[in-house]
Amino acid sequence: MALLSVHNLRVEFPTRRGILVAVDDVSFEVAEGEVLGVVGESGAGKSLTGAAIIGLLEPPGRIADGRIILDGRRIDDLPYEEMRKIRGNEIGAIFQDPLTSLNPLYTVGEQLVETMLTHLDMTPAQAAKRAVELLAEVGIPAPERRVDHYPHQFSGGMRQRVVIALALCANPRLIIADEPTTALDVSIQAQIIALLKRLCREHGTAVILVTHDMGVIAETADRVAVMYAGRLVEVGEVRQVIKEACHPYTHGLMGSIPVAGHDAERLVQIEGSMPRLTDIPNGCSFHPRCPNVVDRCRAERPELIKRTGGEIACLLFEDEQENA
Amino acid sequence: MTIATLVDHWRRFTDSDLLYSFTRSKVTITAAVVLVLLFLSAGLAPWIAPHDPFDIATLDLMDSELPPVWEEDGDPRFLLGTDTQARDVLSSILHGLRISLLVGFASVILATVVGVFFGLLSGFVGGMVDAAIMRVADVLLSFPAILVALLINGVLRGMLPTEYHQDVAIFVLIMAIGLTHWVQYARTVRSSTLVEKGKEYVQAAQIIGLAPLAIMLRHVLPNVMGPVLVISTINLGMAVLTEATLSFLGVGMPPTEPSLGTLIRIGNEYLFSGIWWVVIFPSVTLALLVLAVNLLGDWLRDALNPKLR
Amino acid sequence: MLAFIVRRIFQAFAVMLAVALIAFVMFRYLGDPVDSLSLEDATAQDRIELRQRLGLDDPFVVQFGRFVYNATQGDFGTSYRNRRPVKALLAERLPATLELVLVAATLALVVGVPLGVYTALNPRGAFSQFLQMASLIGISLPTFVTGILLILVFSVYLNWLPSFGRGDTVDLGWWTTGFLTISGIKALILPSIMLGLFQMTLLMRLVRSEMMEVLRTDYIKFARARGLTDRAVHFGHALKNTMIPVITIFGLQLGGLIAFAIITETVFQWPGMGFLFIQAVNFIDVPVMAAYLVLVSLIFVVINTSVDLLYAFIDPRLRVDRGAANGHSS
Repeated sequence: MALLSVHNLRVEFPTRRGILVAVDDVSFEVAEGEVLGVVGESGAGKSLTGAAIIGLLEPPGRIADGRIILDGRRIDDLPYEEMRKIRGNEIGAIFQDPLTSLNPLYTVGEQLVETMLTHLDMTPAQAAKRAVELLAEVGIPAPERRVDHYPHQFSGGMRQRVVIALALCANPRLIIADEPTTALDVSIQAQIIALLKRLCREHGTAVILVTHDMGVIAETADRVAVMYAGRLVEVGEVRQVIKEACHPYTHGLMGSIPVAGHDAERLVQIEGSMPRLTDIPNGCSFHPRCPNVVDRCRAERPELIKRTGGEIACLLFEDEQENA
Repeated sequence: MTIATLVDHWRRFTDSDLLYSFTRSKVTITAAVVLVLLFLSAGLAPWIAPHDPFDIATLDLMDSELPPVWEEDGDPRFLLGTDTQARDVLSSILHGLRISLLVGFASVILATVVGVFFGLLSGFVGGMVDAAIMRVADVLLSFPAILVALLINGVLRGMLPTEYHQDVAIFVLIMAIGLTHWVQYARTVRSSTLVEKGKEYVQAAQIIGLAPLAIMLRHVLPNVMGPVLVISTINLGMAVLTEATLSFLGVGMPPTEPSLGTLIRIGNEYLFSGIWWVVIFPSVTLALLVLAVNLLGDWLRDALNPKLR
Repeated sequence: MLAFIVRRIFQAFAVMLAVALIAFVMFRYLGDPVDSLSLEDATAQDRIELRQRLGLDDPFVVQFGRFVYNATQGDFGTSYRNRRPVKALLAERLPATLELVLVAATLALVVGVPLGVYTALNPRGAFSQFLQMASLIGISLPTFVTGILLILVFSVYLNWLPSFGRGDTVDLGWWTTGFLTISGIKALILPSIMLGLFQMTLLMRLVRSEMMEVLRTDYIKFARARGLTDRAVHFGHALKNTMIPVITIFGLQLGGLIAFAIITETVFQWPGMGFLFIQAVNFIDVPVMAAYLVLVSLIFVVINTSVDLLYAFIDPRLRVDRGAANGHSS
């Protein structure tokens, strides 16, 4: 059974111009210990999906429909206090900017100890010891000294390591990492991603890795889910999706990754840009930009259907399936 | 401008978030209505006031100390009662409101002009001039507004012979209050100027040979209008309050040309004699005025705040 | 760091010097000292002697130097109005103002901060909306109107509390206190409420807006994402981060209270420095005006410099909106 399963999630924002649908009928699963990449452009709804799962959607946004099931237990409609216990303890989160993620007035050790004491059954002394161990695990040199340092005394990369330590300290089963490397130097990005991957493998923690960077997904994820304008367009094993990107959007995304060593072909560019939430086209939301568009696409909205090794939401594939 | 452009501007305005947030808030609408009423009353005071409280010939001491019309001894000629010198309270309030608003607006305009000027100068010229102006601004800001206004007021009065005090009181007040509140404008305009100065189009314009000052004025001023407007609304409230306080303390508008503050001061002296209407009604008017201005200022600030969009 | 401290202290001295200059110019050139200090029947000879005694024909710099030197001793000459040394007048009035300010400040802090926290945590509650409206009225109402209303209700109609004076005071060396007598305490109540009310509402609005800003930050979001309890998030994290700018602004407000005391003392005829100053402005009693200016400026400069230096130690990145603390509309 999957660790986390999301069914028909729908996140809405009531505004004065009507109801904005930011996440539209999204369903996927995450197995124990697996890394699921969620990729898409800015504004595609990836972060909101993560926020909905951990229960931190900011009003007026709200979950309008769907179910979120963690380990067989439904969590999207839990009362605040119940959800709070799950946060940090079963589902953790890492955000984009390590500088602003840490309270500048508390030492790193204090923040670690506080989190552990909230969820785990330990004495403060034990928690303090564990804090030092955690810092060592994430690769902070001289942890017994650094545990009493304040966030501003760490560099960007080091800070994100602290953030990872904080997210993992209460031993969650799942981590939602929302653009964890976007704010870091390119040279540090690889290190942090590798660290995250290693720790999660070691602890058996599943990861939902939200990012717009396909390169990171290729390196780190087991499976990938591609989102476009609030909807899922393709889900599948990473290797397969990269090699044989089926959905026209995914195909465009893969083509836009520059690959070292290849001949200098032109980068594939997708014409146009992702629509704003207020102007989502009828039918398939990608049809204005799709090179393979047919008349049906303008009117009918494709459902996510299973195919070998994954799922895809494209009318052209529906036809194929039927004709197969 | 063609009709089409005008229509387009109007449509953009009516569809704008600004108007929307305005119409959404009942409180803000009420405040705006109250304010408009007060402005109109003040502006039309010489014509709509039932009496002229300054024309001694019309005062009859037999009419003094009459309570408001709904009380036992009230007289329908004097809706809100009269004071110890038989002056109609309602008329006094209308005239006083006029003066309070006059001083308020004038000092805000003065503060805006002075502040924007120094802000532009500081930002554009930079260097020692900038440092000097900002130093003065910092010092000014570290003292309470009321103290600065009191001081400027005192010094100006001290420089003038006593006979002229009453005649020029209004100008002295406007200057005192205006010169106290220019600093916020200067700072805001300065930072906007600095931002624009660093932009490439200024350098490009310099290369082409256009006068950078003119360019900056054309681009900085529009950008700065929003914050300046917000500052001005809040400033108006503070200016009116400061003027009222100075008048109340006896160093503002004299009894011959009373503002609301002066009226309150005069009325205060009779607090214990039971003629409460002489002090309450001007106080309520003043409070309403400042409250309405503050509410509008609050709304404007929230509506123009990009972070809350 | 050391450079910063030295620079800041030097700046403080520069400001005091500038203030002293303004005060001196007022002192010397506003009105005529000879006229104001001479007796009614002074002869021309008397006036010349007075002139010489006051050193009014010495070069500007010499006179200024003399003024500054005297000022550091607390000697500001003789009051035009009372014919008494200004120093003595100020010393008599200082305790009255300071006690008033102390009580008002405590009131503002003890009531304002908790209410601010409450409205930040429950922004849509009915009580919060009420408090918001009340606080808006609080800062819109002219302070003297509040005072008058207080007097009307509690003195005129209910006759519970006195409306002028300090009541009976007890002499403690050179300090006189109103804390030790019933009438002294009673007399303190209304004026300190009036003085403190404005600051209280200011503080409440400040705490509210600061705390709401803090509650929107990423580290609060992360704290919630770690499943910390509401109490830990609100009080352990958010409140602590809010209090630093708030405490600073409150410290700066203390100086403002001394200035606002002018109004309170006028309304309640409280025999403090502020009342003295107003009487001086009305009479154009320049020595008193100059002395008050220098004294109050000194208090302000000391407070502001201390705050800046304190910040250099806590966190040089934090800036303080000084204008807002002093009733400027920034």
